[in-house]
Amino acid sequence: MAAIAQERLAPTRLVVWGAFKRVWSHFLLRRIAKALFTVYFVSSLIFFLVRLLPGSPVEVYINNLMSQYGYSYDVAADQARSIFSVDADKPLALQYVGYLKNVARGDLGESVLSPGVPVTQVIFTYLWWTLFSVGIGLLLAFTLGVVLGMVMAYRRNSAIDNLLSVAASLFHSVPSYLFGIMVIVFFGIRLDWIPIADMRGALSSGQETELSFAFVKDALYHASLPILTYTLTGLGAWMLLMKSSTIAALDEDFVTAARARGLSERRIAIRYVGRNAILPLFTQLTIAIGFVVGGSFLVEPIFQYQGIGYTLFKAIQSRDYPLLQGIFLMITISVVVANLVADLLYSRLDPRIRTSGRTE
Amino acid sequence: MAQTTADLAHVPAAAAPASRHRVGWGQIFLRFLRRDKIGAASFLVFGFFAFLAIFGPMLTSSSKVTDLTQIYSQPSRDHILGTDYAGHDIFTQIVRGTRSVMVVGALAAAMSTMIAITLGALSALLGGRVDSVILLLTDVVLTIPYIVLLGVLATFVKLNSPIFLAFIIAAVAWPTLLRAVRSQVLSLKEREYVEAARVLDLGTSHILFREVLPNMTSYIVINFVIAMTNAIYGQIILYFFGLVPLSGDNWGLMIQLGYTKGAIFFNDSLWYIMSPIVAIALLQLSLVMIARSLEEIFNPRLREG
Repeated sequence: MAAIAQERLAPTRLVVWGAFKRVWSHFLLRRIAKALFTVYFVSSLIFFLVRLLPGSPVEVYINNLMSQYGYSYDVAADQARSIFSVDADKPLALQYVGYLKNVARGDLGESVLSPGVPVTQVIFTYLWWTLFSVGIGLLLAFTLGVVLGMVMAYRRNSAIDNLLSVAASLFHSVPSYLFGIMVIVFFGIRLDWIPIADMRGALSSGQETELSFAFVKDALYHASLPILTYTLTGLGAWMLLMKSSTIAALDEDFVTAARARGLSERRIAIRYVGRNAILPLFTQLTIAIGFVVGGSFLVEPIFQYQGIGYTLFKAIQSRDYPLLQGIFLMITISVVVANLVADLLYSRLDPRIRTSGRTE
Repeated sequence: MAQTTADLAHVPAAAAPASRHRVGWGQIFLRFLRRDKIGAASFLVFGFFAFLAIFGPMLTSSSKVTDLTQIYSQPSRDHILGTDYAGHDIFTQIVRGTRSVMVVGALAAAMSTMIAITLGALSALLGGRVDSVILLLTDVVLTIPYIVLLGVLATFVKLNSPIFLAFIIAAVAWPTLLRAVRSQVLSLKEREYVEAARVLDLGTSHILFREVLPNMTSYIVINFVIAMTNAIYGQIILYFFGLVPLSGDNWGLMIQLGYTKGAIFFNDSLWYIMSPIVAIALLQLSLVMIARSLEEIFNPRLREG
């Protein structure tokens, strides 16, 4: 309010600054700027870690080639250049600019373990499976959590509320990777209910990637254990959040007013209570996205699901730096984009946050 | 006790409130433990683990006695929790592993709490550009998945000492705590006594250390406990990735070996896999419950609800 008044008082002087401020105060544009900065920050961080730390991976790689294969320095540096997509001979600033250019063009170098295979190709083979399983898991956990949380709030202090509360805190406190190990140990080995060996990988061998019922079924079959893990370990938090949020919403005046108008309880629950109670959960969604994607990095190796998490796990263990940087960058970009989508959705659902300036 | 009451009898009115206040916290704590059974139990469990961490390595001999005739043996009198893939006693490994888990957890929690308090308080007190920069950095670090950042950063550092291990965990874990501290300081900043200190021109460091932080002690203690649970998970994750040298005793190492040696796929190895998991779960649960109890102890308003 004050800002608007000021702008009216001195329009000429504040034109440029005002334009900048208006862009900055625009919710979505600010988010996009922040997202771009995050991606830039991560790519720079990787560059300086790879290049500046003593005994950097590039030097180690060059020395390795020279001592193991008897390459001359020039040949070794040449190979390092194509693999890391940085030129070790140039001054650091030029290397940095060159690296950023390469990243912007989508050239992330080549995998050390399988030379000749571009990192981007590796990433695009595996990324989809992770996005697929994590996305479904997150969606299931969110939907189920919202429904169960409302049930808990409506039946407050009943037997079902107590049961669900205990279950929610229990699932909430088990980290996803331990949950995965326990699924394998108990249901896969001890009870032998789940054919875990058969469910490894992202698809059965011989299954083509095509748009058919058999393909979708097979993909879901192989992803079911990771999805189950993401759903159950994520569910508890949503349930508890939705419960407290619903309880708060039930006290609002507009609910009392709706009741006084004689609206059906069902209509009140969905259109009045639910729609308002769900809003605070969306702000948590952005945090949850990163959390679940990070979790995939532990859950996938356990179920041997061929997604980007498993690939990163292997890249870390074998210190395949170019692949590691590429995946790190790609995961960051995925999360940033997912956050943007969640923010966009949120600002559609709750117009209030678009107008309120820099409050978080 | 008897002496205090005797003193009280001699010195009326003036001294009474002060001494009542002095006993206050202890009394509240004891009364609370009597009422809150789960809280008391979690303090007990934590105390048990702390005991193991301090005395465990003294009470047990080295866990690495290889006995290939005793691979994955079931619990017996010799091996309370059975043995692992090379006939090592599991119980000894759990007992000896407690220390490194707790030490790294506490160190990492202390470091991340320090970073969060310093930056968070500065951000809230100074405001303006400092605030914007710190917040932006916090947002960026928060956006990157924690586990991925931790795993990737750790590949660049040799994690051969508990301090490095704790440092790398703290380097990733501070942002959530920073936000909490910042918002808390922002609200404390508006209180009259802080305003009074500012009017007296006592300087930022005086305001921070003498006025603001002492009023946040309970809040910081609770957050420290929560930070410790996160640090323990972070540590287990680093072990799971095989990023920490595979030597010594640690629960995370046990899980990692259980995974790489394929123990999770054997029928006999249930005890080997489940022992560290149960130990971690117990310790974590006790910490979470302690944090909740502390919250209720420090914040009487929560007790009614």
